[in-house]
Amino acid sequence: MSTSLDPVTLAVIQNGLQQVCAEMDVAFSRSAFSPVISETYDRSDGIYHRDGGALIAQGEDGLPVFVGTMQDCTAAVIERAKKVEPGDVFIVNDPYLGGTHLMDVKFVKPFFYKGELFCWLANTGHWPDIGGAVPGGFSASATESEQEGLRLPPVKLYKAGVLDDEILSIILSNIRIADQRIGDIKAQAAALTVGERRLTGMLERYGRDTVDDAIAELRRRAAQQMRAKIAAIPDGSYDSEAVVDSDGVVDAPLFIRLTMTKQGEELYFDFSRSSPPCEGPMNSVIATTRSSVYLAIKHIFPDIPINAGTFEPLHVADPDGTFLYARYPRPVSGCAAEVSQRIAEAVFAAMTKAVPDLLFAAPAGTSGNFSLGGLDPKTGRGFVCYLISGGGYGGHMGGDGLSNGCSTIGISKTTPIEVVEQRYPILYEEYALREGSGGAGKSRGGFGVRYKVRLRRGKARASFVMDHGRVGPQGALGGGDGAPNTVLVERGGETYTPLHLSKEQGIAIAEGDAITVETPGGGGYGDPRRRDPERCARDFRRSYYTADQIRERWGVVLAEDGSVDRAATQAERS
Amino acid sequence: MNGTTAGRLVGVDVGGTFTDLVCLDPSAPGGIRLAKVPTTVANQADGVLAALAAAGVEAGQVEQIVHGTTTTTNALLERKVARTGLITTRGFRDVLELGRRTRPTSYGLTGRFEPLIPRELRLEVAERVDADGEVLVPLDEAGVLAAVEALRTLGCESVVVHFLHSYANRAHERRAVELVRQAWPEAAVTAGSEILSEFREYERGTTAAVNAAVQPVLRRYLDRLAGGLAQQGYARELLVMQGNGGTVAAGLAADQAVNTVMSGPASGVIAAAYTATAAGFPNAITYDMGGTSSDVGLILDGLPRIHAELDLEYGMPIHVPMVDVHTIGAGGGSIARIDEAGLLRVGPESAGATPGPICYGRGGTEPTITDANLVLGRLDPDKLLAVDHPVTVDDVAAVIQARIGDPLGLSAEQAAAAILQIANDKMAGAVRMVSLARGHDPRDFALFAFGGAGPLHATALARELAIPHVVLPARPGITNAIGCVVADLRHDYVNTLNTPLSTLDIADVHRLFREQEAAGRATIEAEAVEVERIEARRSVDMQFQGQSHILSVALEHGEPSLESLEQRFAAAYWERFAVELPEIRPVLVNLHTAVLGKRRPVPLAALAGSDERQATAEAAIIGRRSVWFEGTGRVDTPVYRRERLPEEAAFAGPAIVAQFDATTVIEPGQSARLDRDGNLLVTVRVGEVR
Repeated sequence: MSTSLDPVTLAVIQNGLQQVCAEMDVAFSRSAFSPVISETYDRSDGIYHRDGGALIAQGEDGLPVFVGTMQDCTAAVIERAKKVEPGDVFIVNDPYLGGTHLMDVKFVKPFFYKGELFCWLANTGHWPDIGGAVPGGFSASATESEQEGLRLPPVKLYKAGVLDDEILSIILSNIRIADQRIGDIKAQAAALTVGERRLTGMLERYGRDTVDDAIAELRRRAAQQMRAKIAAIPDGSYDSEAVVDSDGVVDAPLFIRLTMTKQGEELYFDFSRSSPPCEGPMNSVIATTRSSVYLAIKHIFPDIPINAGTFEPLHVADPDGTFLYARYPRPVSGCAAEVSQRIAEAVFAAMTKAVPDLLFAAPAGTSGNFSLGGLDPKTGRGFVCYLISGGGYGGHMGGDGLSNGCSTIGISKTTPIEVVEQRYPILYEEYALREGSGGAGKSRGGFGVRYKVRLRRGKARASFVMDHGRVGPQGALGGGDGAPNTVLVERGGETYTPLHLSKEQGIAIAEGDAITVETPGGGGYGDPRRRDPERCARDFRRSYYTADQIRERWGVVLAEDGSVDRAATQAERS
Repeated sequence: MNGTTAGRLVGVDVGGTFTDLVCLDPSAPGGIRLAKVPTTVANQADGVLAALAAAGVEAGQVEQIVHGTTTTTNALLERKVARTGLITTRGFRDVLELGRRTRPTSYGLTGRFEPLIPRELRLEVAERVDADGEVLVPLDEAGVLAAVEALRTLGCESVVVHFLHSYANRAHERRAVELVRQAWPEAAVTAGSEILSEFREYERGTTAAVNAAVQPVLRRYLDRLAGGLAQQGYARELLVMQGNGGTVAAGLAADQAVNTVMSGPASGVIAAAYTATAAGFPNAITYDMGGTSSDVGLILDGLPRIHAELDLEYGMPIHVPMVDVHTIGAGGGSIARIDEAGLLRVGPESAGATPGPICYGRGGTEPTITDANLVLGRLDPDKLLAVDHPVTVDDVAAVIQARIGDPLGLSAEQAAAAILQIANDKMAGAVRMVSLARGHDPRDFALFAFGGAGPLHATALARELAIPHVVLPARPGITNAIGCVVADLRHDYVNTLNTPLSTLDIADVHRLFREQEAAGRATIEAEAVEVERIEARRSVDMQFQGQSHILSVALEHGEPSLESLEQRFAAAYWERFAVELPEIRPVLVNLHTAVLGKRRPVPLAALAGSDERQATAEAAIIGRRSVWFEGTGRVDTPVYRRERLPEEAAFAGPAIVAQFDATTVIEPGQSARLDRDGNLLVTVRVGEVR
């Protein structure tokens, strides 16, 4: 630590960097147009090192899946940028260059202080559409990148502060609902300007060298903090597995197989035994694979800061030859929303073996993406409606899992039923807690959701990209699995379950047809027979489970009036 | 006290630790009576009566008593609420349990949530209305009656009727409520759309559930208090503070009990708005720093910012119009520690009131912000209010040395200074975010600081935030009670239209505004409280089509035209986001009318009443001590006694201003002046900052 860097200055600069990110986050979401960014916070803002793009600080309110991806993407821009000047803003969404899916569009801006490049600012915003075969971009059956939408290599959208109308017109000519995009583009660029202004203030106050020293010191300390956490994990190798239902094209499960090795103060993640690359869009790009590991670790140790130092002791070997290291032109539209959550689940499962007290059984782990696109005859206008669903979280040492929690990689809120019904020609017949779905355990899993929507008029096409339809979220330490995801299509009076269970694209439906979705419950934690019978009786009173389920899964016998039959329970449990 | 009630006005506010009372009494010396007594947790009414006694006020001789209570807020946070049942649309009873699909924190997957109404008390009936208000399934009246019987058997005392899209068509909800009331007159009944006629089923339903759950609790409490006051001869209507910063007659308060949630912080901001505006600062950020947390509010053009998006805790949205107060996790009791990375952190953990800071001598062992202030000479070691067992400054310094100093290689004093700097930096950052998130730059505001610890940190915060003016009111420790005496009667009405301006029938807007105002006027008249005049403030919530954020736009008096709505929205949007979007259609989402019964102005100068005033500022100096300041280190600093300062006294920092329940720090280079109402106005040099 240099002499100019006293402990107060260091802490104040850390707080200041975090504040710059927080202000960019606020500026972006407050002025963004699409609800995906303004309401569901599917965005992130951060500060990256001038040499190589290493993460300096990232907003705590950003979407978790972006924790590790933006430094890779900034690195890709730095590598390709020939000449940069103040006011330039690169736009890029290439998944293979440090990305996720095409809908996640990054803006990357060099930040100059007194004429010299000091660092890079970048943000990601999920655009509601990026062209491609499916409105919204969540394809269930694309087999090459081009079907997924417009792919942008790093190009300067703003040159010295001026928006390039030609590039803009190429973009707007290739996406749906283009007329509203300009609002988001302006908001996304303006957020970086806010960051620039605040960072300048900070450099004026503390001096360039002091801030530089602080950044290096903070990185060193974050690594130290992460290592202190790792040191407490017993040395050893821990294997785990998680299953993706299918790739949406070939009806066969994809396996994520992880060997996590803890040695001293380092953690090694080896996914090399996972399934090979797949035909459909469930491949993951390497940046997303790494980021999924990072966000899983952050869920386990929420108080560690997010910067490049944190990631130093986490070693994710490149899983060459597996579906977790996709290269062009493998389709990847399912990686950010679904595969990422299975990777995190594998990390949770391995960690459960290492440090069970800190962990939780698997959460629902699917974004539950259901999109419906069509023409509303009443308004004469096209519409694209997305419903994203939550599910149960896993039980844990401290108690039962949360019901209807949002995806592992997200932090967003659902759109209210009343808003969906105002905007789209559909009617909910039910939106309910999915009874019986939480996995059994000393602490049971939380519950998924059961909803049924009916098309009121016209025709539409329905698509799903969900997961956990084949097996439910894993229980931990003897706990049972949560209930798997189900989809039921009611079309022309007949009902069927999609072949790929949780994935299907472009199902033509008409007035009166309905879709029922049941999202997964969370896994149970610990031996169900050690659950307090009174908790089971309460769960019965609330109709979370039937008396038969309570008896079967927990060995608790309830009397006619719902109270615990102690003697029978004792007999059942012994 | 003499035998008449003339002009005698009492504000009494119940806080977490103390119940504060202020009585404006022309017959008292200095025109004011004050009391601070311990809050009686089991029954707050006892503390209220004790405060009256302590101030020497006889209730029978008071013209008006205005009361701020935390009864409903506490009941919710502690879940000591009435057993409440729900009757709702078939298929949707779990809306209140499923929430908006979130989790309590971005990271960590072990959150918990319990809905206010457990599942077995949530019953469904057949009925359905769509988004246009059209009836798709008629109301099953027999089903409603069956649900009533079931809830009665299950031991409920309160019932919520909450139907989907009732904001668009209330007929089913109204009819169901009628049926419940007929079949079960003893039950408290809340209709979702009665409390909040806005779309968003989870928020509307939860708001209604909150109302129902606290209604019987508040009614019992107010009945008890009113009974106690009546015994003392108080014959007028008791007024109760609401979260919207206005008051309501006690007889009506329980009907909309949800409106009293968070009324304490609201009344602080109301007092601030009144005081700051009178002092010439109609735009102010309020900073109320207490033991465990601090509340931040915004005052724009003399009016507190109102919003309708409070989350009382995770999963408990309360969407009624309230004074927008944001709580940040830093207070005098915030704990300083060294984290795993070897960095000094302050908060969010707090020592609270028990064990409290080390210097309270109640067994606290972890250094806090208050302890740092003590070691640095900012607090007078002889005057610690809440001390039980004496602890010396050296004792406190030794702990700071061991816990913070040694790991960082600092002396005790340097460590205390580090705690203070980091705390101030963090609080300043939080205040900044609060104002930015609401679209304002803090530099355009004055800082109005109150609460036990607010004046101790205000000038440093202002310096950090580049705020040039700090206002410290005459009685920073009883600001909430003052809010009670200056607040107007207030009732808010919201209706959802959610219609693009292009298809809007402006006659509907005018009709709804008129109905809202008429409802407010009728309510105020029914309250039988003396008001000078009734005033209606209209605003609209608007958005561009496709957006989810709404922007609140205040309207002038008179009936708005479509053009004026469009223009005002465009102007407000530009001011807020610096973006023009002529391509996209504006939508009118909500109509809002606040109807205010303006009460007689209160003479603020009376609050500063003191019989100790000296001729000069110098004569108010009661001692000197060595105080640490950022940039200069220890400086020999005069200590002024606030009650002795003459009107218009002017002096320069460094200075400490001590008074009964607060200490103000004025930094070197800053200057202070006492205005006619007894406010201390501090000018902060902000040139070199940011």
